Amino acid sequence: MQVIANLWGELLTVLTAVGTALPYILAYVALILLLMVVWSGVKRLLRPRHDYGSLKTVKFGDESAVASNTVASVISIVLIFVLWGAFTGSRLLPGFLHMPGPFQGTATFDYTLTGPDGATDDATVTVLVHPADVTTADPEVDPGTGIARNDSIAIGMFRSALLRVSDNDEITRDDGAEITAIDGSPIAPGGAVRTGFGHVLMTPKGTLNIAPSAGWQMEPIWLPPPEAVWSQAVTIARDGFRGASLWEHLGYSLFRVVVGFLLGALVGIPLGYAMGLSDWFRGWFDPIVEFMRPVPPLALIPLVIIWAGIGETGKIILLFLAALWIMAIAARSGVSGVRISKVHAAYSLGASKWQVMRHVIIPNSLPEIFTGARVAMGVCWGTVVAAELVAAQTGVGMMIMVASKFQNTDIVLMGVIVIGIVGFTIDLGIRWLERLMVPWKGKG
Amino acid sequence: MAGLHIENLSMRFDLPDGGSVQALKDVSIDLKPGELLSVLGPSGCGKTTLLNIVAGFLAPTEGRITLNGSRVTGPGPDRGMVFQQGALFEWMNVRENVGFGPRMKGMKAKPKREIVDHLLDVVGLRDFKEKAVYELSGGMQQRVALARCLANEPDVILMDEPLGALDALTREKMQGLVLKLWKETGKTIVLITHSVEEALLLGERLIVMAPRPGRIHKEYNLPFADMGVGRDLREVKKDPRFAETREEILSMIWNMEEEIMGSAGEPV
Ligand SMILES: Nc1ncnc2c1ncn2[C@@H]1O[C@H](COP(=O)(O)OP(=O)(O)O)[C@@H](O)[C@H]1O
Ligand SMILES: [Mg+2]
Repeated sequence: MQVIANLWGELLTVLTAVGTALPYILAYVALILLLMVVWSGVKRLLRPRHDYGSLKTVKFGDESAVASNTVASVISIVLIFVLWGAFTGSRLLPGFLHMPGPFQGTATFDYTLTGPDGATDDATVTVLVHPADVTTADPEVDPGTGIARNDSIAIGMFRSALLRVSDNDEITRDDGAEITAIDGSPIAPGGAVRTGFGHVLMTPKGTLNIAPSAGWQMEPIWLPPPEAVWSQAVTIARDGFRGASLWEHLGYSLFRVVVGFLLGALVGIPLGYAMGLSDWFRGWFDPIVEFMRPVPPLALIPLVIIWAGIGETGKIILLFLAALWIMAIAARSGVSGVRISKVHAAYSLGASKWQVMRHVIIPNSLPEIFTGARVAMGVCWGTVVAAELVAAQTGVGMMIMVASKFQNTDIVLMGVIVIGIVGFTIDLGIRWLERLMVPWKGKG
Repeated sequence: MAGLHIENLSMRFDLPDGGSVQALKDVSIDLKPGELLSVLGPSGCGKTTLLNIVAGFLAPTEGRITLNGSRVTGPGPDRGMVFQQGALFEWMNVRENVGFGPRMKGMKAKPKREIVDHLLDVVGLRDFKEKAVYELSGGMQQRVALARCLANEPDVILMDEPLGALDALTREKMQGLVLKLWKETGKTIVLITHSVEEALLLGERLIVMAPRPGRIHKEYNLPFADMGVGRDLREVKKDPRFAETREEILSMIWNMEEEIMGSAGEPV
């Protein structure tokens, strides 16, 4: 019962988050639609319509009826980078596109100290807001006169700082003095006052919390600007990360995937053929294959680590298992999917059993095997990254895991982008190979 | 004993639910070399089963088949098959498809090329030699299938609704081609169809089968195939005997269908 209450609470949290994001999502959709209308207007101006394609309003089911609009793709990608740059203050973008940034520079505010006897005096606090990654001494200020003395503090951007401004005053908090106003506006414990550079808040105990405006931009530690990610990529490609260059990390990951996948295909395809051709083999392996297929390879990581450690052997066993079942099932359905009339035709043309296998069954199964290979490569690539996140000395997964421990968000982002690009390239490569080797796919 | 002899053939399929279907019962046919037989009958009367047994893909439960004196026990290159569609090998181009049989026999490249070139000329696909089969129209694909079958020099050609998937115009052209090939090659041909006109046009002999169990209902000897060789088939169809036989067979099949569906069977 407690569980249900907990889960209900979690669900509400999630729904609240979704609710917060909803206006932004709607705005995004509105932008998409707006640009669509704008683009179709532009297109009509450039080239008036002569076909009746626009009358085809229902395009469900027939995927090929909707081709991808290149303009939309380009705008979509550019927009991602513009948003990314705008919210990170990227130097690649002109300044007017930036979201309001955090306050930076020197500012002052006055506070009013009221002594236990009711006497008041004002003093000035100088606040220096500097980039968070450099340490800066508090600026020198003239203490001034009166019972309240001037203060100064250096604060990193996006940060706030507590300052007991009365500590250097003639009468301190311990003597019964209180701060009663900021820049003339009254303040009490728990309250806050807006200043030119941000907010000054007062803790319940009476300490000032100086919070310069953080603006709308993201702190680099949350989201670095694109150029920072790029320069990290350049640096790591040149100098390496943890004793191996970016290419070596990538090479290790790819090596594991390729070797694991090839071993999986090498065993899985003959296994699938045997299952497709012999009821005995099919009966023997069906329970194993059907049970192992739904087990996510990631769930095997702990077991593989226990059995084979975190070295290359363990990783390759894991990827082998990830590819094995997929390839076996692909080969099996490739064999069972052969049209019986093709086999009959081959026999009537004088082919032997072996020739039917060689010239009919195997070529006929290739399209299915390619489909399986695409799926298996995708799964293997995902699995290798996950396995490297858990335990590895090298590899892109390990790279982003270690970087995240040191809050090197730029490296993490770079890693994610590299992982995406490599995964996409692998898929493109297999598709290219597929067009080359099984041009008849889907045309039988 | 030259020719194809089908003796007292019966075929019963055991169904997984324990029952069984009598697909053929006591079917006997004797074909002399060079005869052209068409087999007609309502769907499910065992035409495909009959052909599959003759081809050797199925073993009959009773009866036997001999071809030129030797018993048929399995598929072999002496009996060529032409299927309705989808039996070409998409991973081979037209030339490789036609050359498949000779290649399986281990024939040398040069004689094989001569056979392929000649047959592609015969079926009118000389310029499509290097095309992929999925680039061809349905009619052209069936021409390739015919050529592939002939390349193997079979004694008997078995065709299971070879023109069933073609449009009417292409179909008519292909009927002419089948007649031409029959006359030119002198092959024994068994052609299955569910089109009465086609059965009349392409049958020197015509067998009408009845269903449940699949059996021979009536047999005809017809002049139309001989008349049709080298002539416009539409001329043949104008022959009064043609219309007469067609009407007779149509009402015969109509009655069969009625028997199956019961008297409630409405024309669709
Ligand atoms: N492999 C099989 N298993 C069980 N029944 C079959 C099988 N093949 C054909 N039949 C049955 O045998 C009968 C004849 O089928 P078929 O020869 O395909 O008829 P046709 O070709 O004349 O339409 C049908 O009732 C069909 O259901
Ligand atoms: Mg049939």
